[in-house]
Amino acid sequence: MAGQTLIPAGDFRTSYAADTTVFPTTTSRNAMIAGIVLICFAPHVVNEYILSLLIQIGIFGIAALGLNIVVGFTGQISIGHAAFFGFGAFTSAYLSNRFGIPVFFCIPLAGVVTAAVGLVFGLPAARLKGLYLAIATLAAQYILLDFFARAEWFTGGSVPASAEPFSIFGYMLRGDKQYFYVVLAYIVVCYLLVTNLIRSRDGRALVAVRDHYLSAEIMGINLTKYRTLSFGLAAFFAGVGGALYAHYNQVVSIEGFGIDRSIIFLAMIIIGGLGSIMGTLMGTAFMVLLPESMEWLSVALRDSPIDQFLGLKNNIAFLREMAIGLIIIIFLVFEPDGLAHRWRQIKAYWKLYPFSH
Amino acid sequence: MNTQLLIQLLVNGLVVGTLYGVVAMSFVLIYKATQVVNFAQGELLLVGAWVCWWLLTKYQVPFYLGMPITLVFMFLFGIAIQIVILRPMIGEPIISVIMVTIALSTVFSALMKWMFGVNLQPFPRIFQTQNVNILGLQVQTVYLMSLAVSVAMMVGMAWFFRLSKYGLAMRATAFNQQVAQSLGISVKSVFAMAWAISATVSAVAGVVVAVVNGVSAGLSAYGVKVFPAAILGGLDSVGGAVLGGIIIGLLENVAHFLDSEYLHWGNLYEIAPFYALIIILMIKPYGLFGTKDIERV
Repeated sequence: MAGQTLIPAGDFRTSYAADTTVFPTTTSRNAMIAGIVLICFAPHVVNEYILSLLIQIGIFGIAALGLNIVVGFTGQISIGHAAFFGFGAFTSAYLSNRFGIPVFFCIPLAGVVTAAVGLVFGLPAARLKGLYLAIATLAAQYILLDFFARAEWFTGGSVPASAEPFSIFGYMLRGDKQYFYVVLAYIVVCYLLVTNLIRSRDGRALVAVRDHYLSAEIMGINLTKYRTLSFGLAAFFAGVGGALYAHYNQVVSIEGFGIDRSIIFLAMIIIGGLGSIMGTLMGTAFMVLLPESMEWLSVALRDSPIDQFLGLKNNIAFLREMAIGLIIIIFLVFEPDGLAHRWRQIKAYWKLYPFSH
Repeated sequence: MNTQLLIQLLVNGLVVGTLYGVVAMSFVLIYKATQVVNFAQGELLLVGAWVCWWLLTKYQVPFYLGMPITLVFMFLFGIAIQIVILRPMIGEPIISVIMVTIALSTVFSALMKWMFGVNLQPFPRIFQTQNVNILGLQVQTVYLMSLAVSVAMMVGMAWFFRLSKYGLAMRATAFNQQVAQSLGISVKSVFAMAWAISATVSAVAGVVVAVVNGVSAGLSAYGVKVFPAAILGGLDSVGGAVLGGIIIGLLENVAHFLDSEYLHWGNLYEIAPFYALIIILMIKPYGLFGTKDIERV
């Protein structure tokens, strides 16, 4: 996963503290701040449709970030992420409906509750590794989905649960335009948190567990603790993402948290790059835009011979599923390090242009 | 207590369980030979059943011809998957390999939905449906047929691994790839053959289920039930997989019985295997017959 990182000439690091800053250079920090400021204007520039896509990218991006902690950084496999995502959504809706807690507090609370559930299912992780863990999380996926269908007091059963719109200190935020800023705030905070986590002792411990668990153990890293911790963290971010999703749609139904959604989450981090924080966002954007672009394509191709051959109108859902699977395979075979790696290469290319070395 | 229902469900469990056993056996076969956890096992069932259905309904091929054609197709299909998709993944981290098989299962299930639709299609009538009276219990002949086919496949598999030359080569490869290679066994062809046999055996199971229940996208659920079965038996034990499958089949139906008679929770039938799976993983992760040192894969 280590790619070429190009450090500008004259930028020497003389201490460990300097080597583990959040942003490698001041330019990159300024670029990031400028990017965030620029995207603040997005709701006033783009139309409703693109805005809704941006919000989706943000929401799924937070959940995918959690998955990247457990898969990308700790090297464990989780196939049940969508169930945690759903659990966060239901928890937040339940907390705000049942106890009247302001939504502002519900979202992090939902994250904490989901993290607790994640820790329970992460317990097998203490003893198991690799494929056993994958199978345990698969079981978690089915058990949680069954729980959603069963626990009517919690989820409303077959009737979708309603979720309050987002409010902060009695001031209601209505509409996509205002919700966009909520998601933006969460995404900035979450991504900063994880970036900080990775450069801390705990973050390095997680990476050590991934790279060689035996060596990590010899170096005094408590494997059980960090494996379970990574599951809890993943579930936390899934819960926060799910809660944001619930208050965005304002209804939460049982559908949409199945194994296919879990596969999409995995696709996001594989396409973005395992163990890459910004890559997670790129992969999420890719996976949100992929079905949409297929939709555009099918509209553009209406009544053409291709349309008649494929029967796009009726079969677009299946073609979309197939595209997701194919994209995963293509990325794993040809670009296993994901978009983040490609992005680094492009940056390196332009930095060195016109010389290739 | 409703004894009649219990016995009926136990018979069901035995029949379904042997089918789980067959599928789990083919799953373990791939795992043992190639160290790949195949999340697309259920889709192999699905593809086999649809191909057979398609031959029988679209081209009116008689069953005694259609079935062998299906098997040959699935044999080649298994080899093709291994060569095109899994072979480039050798040496990649286990996450990537698992993800590839998950992606494969997505692709195949979507492809089958696209080609054949999402509705349940009845299989052409091959046998006369009759009921046989065994010990005062009405049992459909298709169930007996299903049981017989499953047992036959298990016996065939046992023969293959114990006595045939190729089966021995496969076991040698599973035991130690380098040693097998030094003895002149082509590991590449063993890998391909493992997939081919697994796909073929799964297809037989798929056709059997299709004959009993009809073909639909729901067939791939067998691929998920493989995990409780294989884990219970031990992930690298072929015999364990068979036993695990039977136990899981029985467990499902006992759960169904308890549910309908006493608990009335609903849907316990579907979910019981997964609770069992979590419990097994907690207390005995290597299953009944699995090798203990399986973790370094």
